[in-house]
Amino acid sequence: MNMIEAINSAMDVMLGRDDKMVVMGEDVGFFGGVFRATAGLQKKHGKTRVFDTPINECGIIGVAVGMGAYGLRPVPEIQFADYIYPGLDQLVSEAARLRYRSAGDFICPMTVRTPFGGGIFGGQTHSQSPESIMTHICGVKTVIPSNPYDAKGLLIAAIEDNDPVVFLEPKRIYNGPFSGYYDRPVEPWSKHEASAVPEDYYCIELGKAATVRAGEALTILAYGTMVHVTKTIVEEMGVDAEIIDLRTLLPLDIDAIETSVKKTGRCLIIHEATRTSGFGAELAALVQERCFYHLEAPVERVTGFDTPYPHSLEWAYFPGPVRIATALTKILKD
Amino acid sequence: MTETPGRPASNLPPLSLHIPEPRYRPGDTPDFGDIAIPAVDATPRPGEATKPDAMRDLCYGLVRVLDFDGQAKGPWDPKLTPDRLRAMLRYMMLVRAFDDRMFRAQRQGKTSFYMKSTGEEATSVASTMAIDRSDMCFPSYRQQGILIVRDYPLIQMMNQIYSNRGDHLLGRQLPIMYSAPEHGFFSISGNLATQYPQAVGWAMASASKGDNRIATVWCGEGSSAEGDFHSALTFATVYNAPVIFNVVNNQWAISSFSGFAGGERTTFAARAVGYGIAGLRVDGNDPLAVYAATQWAADRARTNNGPTLIEHFTYRAEGHSTSDDPSAYRAADEATAWPFGDPIARLAQHLETLGEWDGERQEALRKELDDLVKTTQKQSEKLGILGHGMHQPFETMFQDVFEEMPWHLKEQSKQMLAEQEAKFGPNWKPE
Repeated sequence: MNMIEAINSAMDVMLGRDDKMVVMGEDVGFFGGVFRATAGLQKKHGKTRVFDTPINECGIIGVAVGMGAYGLRPVPEIQFADYIYPGLDQLVSEAARLRYRSAGDFICPMTVRTPFGGGIFGGQTHSQSPESIMTHICGVKTVIPSNPYDAKGLLIAAIEDNDPVVFLEPKRIYNGPFSGYYDRPVEPWSKHEASAVPEDYYCIELGKAATVRAGEALTILAYGTMVHVTKTIVEEMGVDAEIIDLRTLLPLDIDAIETSVKKTGRCLIIHEATRTSGFGAELAALVQERCFYHLEAPVERVTGFDTPYPHSLEWAYFPGPVRIATALTKILKD
Repeated sequence: MTETPGRPASNLPPLSLHIPEPRYRPGDTPDFGDIAIPAVDATPRPGEATKPDAMRDLCYGLVRVLDFDGQAKGPWDPKLTPDRLRAMLRYMMLVRAFDDRMFRAQRQGKTSFYMKSTGEEATSVASTMAIDRSDMCFPSYRQQGILIVRDYPLIQMMNQIYSNRGDHLLGRQLPIMYSAPEHGFFSISGNLATQYPQAVGWAMASASKGDNRIATVWCGEGSSAEGDFHSALTFATVYNAPVIFNVVNNQWAISSFSGFAGGERTTFAARAVGYGIAGLRVDGNDPLAVYAATQWAADRARTNNGPTLIEHFTYRAEGHSTSDDPSAYRAADEATAWPFGDPIARLAQHLETLGEWDGERQEALRKELDDLVKTTQKQSEKLGILGHGMHQPFETMFQDVFEEMPWHLKEQSKQMLAEQEAKFGPNWKPE
């Protein structure tokens, strides 16, 4: 399965297991979603379980809060993460705080799925990476898979979770892992072992990182698309890096980070989102607090720039091979 | 002649920007003589299955039942029994007694904040009485009448207001932001109109499960300007959700008059027209009209005929909250000049005209309810008042952020407990 098929399979399995689950969003019903993530689900599970909505993100998330309060388990789709902002008040002030403010009277077991990130010539309204905004909300979990196997297992865990989860899907790698070289052909997921996705139910616990590659020279923290870009550059440069795919940003697997950085003594953080107040800043602070006396070089960040995502200059914005190689050289020299 | 650089000269007058202004300010003598008050039998009562486009006039008229002599008349008369009318009067009077005492408690420094619903009691009490107990209410902050009608323990309301050790919300919410799922009362948010799409989602869920429960939701006319309001109406009409939208038009959103929500141009009930849903405009100070309109909308929703928007045309007789001073922005005697009177007085008068009530019984009931509230208040205050001691264990601060506490919250909780231990010693217990 590619990543879209794995995400579709996760929803299919859960719609079959739990009659309280509903899938909703713009174009998700008859058409099956603009990225086809919900293809066939309405036909199989019925119109009241999988349905289209008005173009109204405030309504989509607000309605899902009410459905959750009734006892359903809604899985709303926001067509692009860039469009989540009109629904953000319902997410921040309502979904995220409902359990807390009602002392458990009401809960909001929703999973908001949304494609995010750039690299598809989507311009400034189809390319944003809002993950640090999500992790700054108290009461929301943030999950970012980097391959089909993880996407299915993590999405099932998110749907089963009784807290609101934002499930950010790196759309650049829906069809195959991305090397970071935009002018090279994309290798399909079928050539990758993570495409061996079981048809049936399985889940991957939220809050557990994965070690993509073991190494001794430095620790690289990445997630989503950047896991694959990072792996390509590390292999090309022949660096003995340990690459950790965080998989969930909140809850964060701090043990995996701490153990690795204490072992290697160096830490490079890579994300596509803009730099200032990005999630890399949080990671850098945590590493500094917990591993300072083990560090042999300053913690480095490779990120997108602090500009809106540019259309024609996309690949100059993107934290690609040159930026990563430069940072690797610097951190290993220090 | 006006000239704009780069454009030819024009003989049009310059454009002007309209900033709405209420008709009366402090020092003015209010005169509401121009408010159209249709006769009690002037507004027809359509069948519950009537299509919205056949009943547009109801969005601009006024559903009335009680005339100003206390007689119930016309097609909307719900014909309630005297016992039911007395129950309604009792609930409204209990809301008022509760409000008065809690307002005073705030002035005595026993809590931080309170919001009265004086003059608007019918909009929550009568409408809640017209729906089933199993229906779900999504209130705004001035619908304490819902809890009163559903016999939620007064002491629990007070415990919440005092954030004391009996507060089941653990002191996390502002006073009056109750939550009572077993009484069909959704947790109140401080962000306005956010409950609107949530109520629609609840109603959609009920419909999709083949349940027979409906949702009702309230907001003020001011917050009908929020995007959430319009999102909710869009979803409700698209999915024909079994929901009743209440807009309590009490004329004032803190110090902004209803003109700032669009009320100068049209009625709030007329919002329904644009969405193709049923709309009713009701005398909100007429408890029987509120009851009848709600019952009509509930029957409509329950028979798959879809949502209804009800504008309750009423007046906020008191300040917005204990933090507000209405004498600074509105004419002093607006409330008394309001032509629709007081809902409690009007219902009592009606019962009297039926020969089912008198001044003596009214006074006895008022005293009984005052005593009930006073006694309950004493019991609640034994559990603590805000600012006098700390009533919840410190660690409750970190509970319920998530179902299970992640490591970072455990670490922060430990840090906070160490700070408190340094301050209060290891044997501190909540008071």
